[in-house]
Amino acid sequence: MLDLIWLIPALPLLGFLVNVVFGRLLGEPKSGALAALMVAGSFAVTVGAFFDLISIPTEERHHVVTAFSWVPVGSLRVDLAFLADPLSITMALFVTGIGTLIHLYAIGYMHGDPKFSKFFIYLNLFVFSMLMLVLGENLLVTFLGWEGVGTCSYFLISFWHTRESAATAGKKAFVTNRVGDWGVMMGMFLAFGATGTLSYSGINHAAESGALSAVTATAIGLMLFIGACGKSAQLPLYIWLPDAMEGPTPVSALIHAATMVTAGVFLMTRVNPVLAISYDWAPTLIAIVGVATALFAATIAVAQTDIKKVLAYSTVSQLGFMFLAVGSGAYVAAIFHMVTHAFFKALLFLGSGSVIHGMHHEQDMRRMGALRKLMPVTAFTFIIGWLAIAGVPPFAGFWSKDEILLFAFAKSPILYVVGMITALLTAYYMTRQVIMVFFGEARWNDHSEEHGAHGDFKPHESPRIMLLPLVVLAGLSVVGGAMQLPFTKDLHFLEKWLEPVIEFGEADIHHSWAYENKYILLGIAIVVAISGILLSAAVYAKKKIAAIEPALLADGWKYDKAITSFMGGPGRRAFDGVAWADRTIVDGAVNGVGRLVQGAGGFLRKGQTGAVRNYAAAVGLGVVALLVWFFLRGVVL
Amino acid sequence: MSLLAAATPTTTWYLILAAVLFGIGAVGVLVRRNPLVMFMCIELMLNAVNLSFVALAKKMGDIGGQTTVFFVMVVAAAEVVVGLGIIVSIMRRRPGATADDISALKG
Amino acid sequence: MELVVFVLAAAMILVGAVGVIVRSNPVHAALSLILTLFGVAVMFVAQNAHFLAAVQVIVYAGAIVVLFLFVIMLLGVDRSEDLSSEPFKVQRPLAAIVGLGVIGLVVAAVVSSRDAITVRGTGLNVADTVGDGDTNIKQLARSVFGDYVVAFEVTSVLLVVAVVGTVLLTRRVKGSVKDS
Repeated sequence: MLDLIWLIPALPLLGFLVNVVFGRLLGEPKSGALAALMVAGSFAVTVGAFFDLISIPTEERHHVVTAFSWVPVGSLRVDLAFLADPLSITMALFVTGIGTLIHLYAIGYMHGDPKFSKFFIYLNLFVFSMLMLVLGENLLVTFLGWEGVGTCSYFLISFWHTRESAATAGKKAFVTNRVGDWGVMMGMFLAFGATGTLSYSGINHAAESGALSAVTATAIGLMLFIGACGKSAQLPLYIWLPDAMEGPTPVSALIHAATMVTAGVFLMTRVNPVLAISYDWAPTLIAIVGVATALFAATIAVAQTDIKKVLAYSTVSQLGFMFLAVGSGAYVAAIFHMVTHAFFKALLFLGSGSVIHGMHHEQDMRRMGALRKLMPVTAFTFIIGWLAIAGVPPFAGFWSKDEILLFAFAKSPILYVVGMITALLTAYYMTRQVIMVFFGEARWNDHSEEHGAHGDFKPHESPRIMLLPLVVLAGLSVVGGAMQLPFTKDLHFLEKWLEPVIEFGEADIHHSWAYENKYILLGIAIVVAISGILLSAAVYAKKKIAAIEPALLADGWKYDKAITSFMGGPGRRAFDGVAWADRTIVDGAVNGVGRLVQGAGGFLRKGQTGAVRNYAAAVGLGVVALLVWFFLRGVVL
Repeated sequence: MSLLAAATPTTTWYLILAAVLFGIGAVGVLVRRNPLVMFMCIELMLNAVNLSFVALAKKMGDIGGQTTVFFVMVVAAAEVVVGLGIIVSIMRRRPGATADDISALKG
Repeated sequence: MELVVFVLAAAMILVGAVGVIVRSNPVHAALSLILTLFGVAVMFVAQNAHFLAAVQVIVYAGAIVVLFLFVIMLLGVDRSEDLSSEPFKVQRPLAAIVGLGVIGLVVAAVVSSRDAITVRGTGLNVADTVGDGDTNIKQLARSVFGDYVVAFEVTSVLLVVAVVGTVLLTRRVKGSVKDS
């Protein structure tokens, strides 16, 4: 099966092509079912590859399948090749697994939409790009997937493009990602220049063997990190993610929770040897950016009223945790949290989608409440997701977050403290959301005339096809923590599985205070989570304390506005200047050459009088010139 | 007078004379507009060349110089025939045309 | 004696040449040309090229210039040319440059290399006494029909071609509209 890993991206690609040609013919729901089937097929192949990989010894788990030679130019030889190693198969597993569930969900969610088949075209194309990204054997194949997911993100965010805000959000996502892409390209150029190859094994070997200098490694690492900031929505390039909620909820779940945004973390993990040999301040910088983003986004989430915006900022915050892990050298923890986050965040998004669907596309949480009786399955699964993200044991989120904070403490207690504050806020705002949506009094009938509800508006539970993925994901959120339990070494399944990929870069904290006292830290984490929940309950359920939701936080610390005014003002002037330079100087030079030639031609034309005598005079002058030349050369002397 | 009588014209004198004749012919070609007079000036140039060939043949003791002059004269005759034929054809169309009027190649 | 001959012949040549280029009437120019050609013929004799002198007078002065005069009369271009005006202002200065340049440079070349011209052939035969064998014409004939016979044959073909070509060129085609 390992030789068939090319099927993993090929099946969604096939689904894309079939839907492009026959999509409208197949109609609803067949086009959706076809798309889901393709992704399910990919999942099956991935599972097969997983078992194949387990059966070979640890050191050999690095299988490359080359499709064809892609760029053979001079000293640059890049193949379209796929790499099956523990990291890529792990990524592929949850991308295809969660992808299949979301495809099924979307069949129900997009019911009745006139562009039904088009949605699945984009979804399949997205899964294809994401799989190219994770299965790529070299930076160029990954970059192909990277750009592909960015493009599909644009398509899907602005899916309902007749809505101005959706179209704008799509453009914003694309442009912001582009800024990050510049970083990835610079990283690729540097890597190629320093090592002569773009393949991961080549670059990582160069890093491990010392062929790569610390300066170059730092530069490469930071350039790729810039790209990761764009794709994974870290400070300062996170601004597209909240706006991306304009897209349909399955899109938010798949792309902006589980898969695309994790591409940055994946890339950093892929090149962990490079990060390991760079200057110490580089991973520290990554950790600081990660934890700062986490705190920043968590504070904003506290004041949001749109059910999806809370989850969006929550995603930014959790991604910040993952980068904190990367910066602390905790790659296993980062991947662990990535996987568990994929489970519960996808669950939460799909659950919110179910709520929105049941509330007839109402997204404001202030108009919800007491939905647990009318949408029991949605409520139950959402609550499980809530407990997972808040960090309550034994749900998955607790174990992964705790692992990260352990390594963070080992690196610096300050990072740990900030991380803990963020964890507290996470528990707080998620509890707030659950209370506002599922508990309390029903507020949906207030101002019901305003949004066209006709008299007896009653929210309803979603169809079974939408509930099935919720249940599956809830189950995974419960047991997902078993991948890497901290109690004994024997239970570190994920660490043992990922060892060949991260052994060079993984930080060794076995002799730190944090590791020796990890049960104390475990306890502190539980206390913090519970207190966050209780505090939120006191504010929103019991109403004992007044809610603090300042407008500044709701506005995202006015960061978005700052960027807009900068780009509109000085930014625009700079761009206009560049455009002027291009028009006048560059084009002027090119056109100027043409005009020069024209002028010279016009001038020289005057010599063509047509009169024989003038031509004879020219010949005579030539003769005299020749004679002079002979004279000067001394031939005659 | 005896001094003058004693100076014999050397080859160099003949060659200088030929050069002057050639120069006069060149100037004539460039300055005159009547096609027939231009042709005559070309004949002057050819004669200058003949003169230098003959002078050099005597100096170098080689009959080849005179042979060359022989052939030059033959070719000059042929050239005059063709050239005058062309001038006649042109002049028939446009009587009174000068060299400047034949300017179809004007760019 | 030679000096006198040289000076007289040179005078004829130069006067005739200048006459060709300054006489506005083409007929006068042709007559000046004859003067020059005679001068050149005298020079040929002085250089022991007796046959060529004869050919010069017969062919050049006798045939070519007569041909020129025929054409002048035939076409009626014997009207005087207006030499005072020159439509191309740059032409006369250019002509001066070309003329002076050519003359000056060639004279300089000739003068500076006069010692480099050496004897290389077998010598020219000169008739010392009347009835002497191997005079100039015989030597010339041996050269033309001996060493250069191929050139001779080709030149004869050239003459035929020239004549045929000119007849074709100047033919008036019957029924042609362009007849004058």
